[in-house]
Amino acid sequence: MNQYTISVKVLPRPEVLDTQGRAVEATLKEGGLKLTQCRVGKYLEVEVSAANQELALEQVRKMADYVLYNPLIENFELEVKA
Amino acid sequence: METKKKKEPKIGVLRFLGTNCDQDIWEACLATGLQPEWLWYQDRFEGSDYDGLIIPGGFSYGDYLRSGALAAKAPAMRDVSQAADNGVPIMGICNGFQILCEAQLLPGVLMKNQNGKFIDEWVDLEEGCKSKYTNKAKFRLPIAHGDGRYFIEEGPLKELQDNNQVWLRYFENPNGSTFDIAGVRSESGNVFGLMPHPERALFDWMGGSDGQSFFEGFLK
Repeated sequence: MNQYTISVKVLPRPEVLDTQGRAVEATLKEGGLKLTQCRVGKYLEVEVSAANQELALEQVRKMADYVLYNPLIENFELEVKA
Repeated sequence: METKKKKEPKIGVLRFLGTNCDQDIWEACLATGLQPEWLWYQDRFEGSDYDGLIIPGGFSYGDYLRSGALAAKAPAMRDVSQAADNGVPIMGICNGFQILCEAQLLPGVLMKNQNGKFIDEWVDLEEGCKSKYTNKAKFRLPIAHGDGRYFIEEGPLKELQDNNQVWLRYFENPNGSTFDIAGVRSESGNVFGLMPHPERALFDWMGGSDGQSFFEGFLK
């Protein structure tokens, strides 16, 4: 068994109004900073032990489906941290 | 002659860490002839022991991750889900509505208000479909929420409308909810969720009494 740290990035789906992203975007623009868009999501790190990387990702994908994201309004991405 | 005392309907009131409208619900039950009983989120229970269940408002799990998401996975929710399947009347108010959506016992999801602010005010509502709760064309209840924007996509919204599941609508949309929706019910018709707080509008001295019918009509 190996230890893996998997990062989970959760972002609001592009077609969903992201009120937090919009507020941050407005503040950045008011501060004179140039940007086209800002979106706000969540970042999680999950540590698991698994025989290989594929199985580790599979475990965390299950967690995402269980509760970490809501498919009605969010997307998620997984990444294995070095 | 023996007189049989009418038994008051027993209502299970769920409590999670962070629930804060539980005492109000308790008092509202007593005031409307219902017999409340606490149900703790970590405990299992038998749904058939109750004539109805209420999930009160609050901030379960501090709204961590998403409002209602963590509470939806609590042990007691497995029995709520079972009770829903068995036709037990269930009402989720505010955070209770969010929990029922996250538990997929109701369609859609509640998101942060469009203006990004917590809104605390009285709103005018109309029924989007005929329900047992009230026959009034318009009624007035208080709202108090940061995450009250009901979101559902066009296809599923059409289904809601076709199945008469759009239960309550705002006259003036306060939070950006899809189709001005303030409350929905399940396709089976026994699970209800709403953002407004009927327990805060029981008597005129509270500012209005339109909330009463929600408790009186709960089990009809």
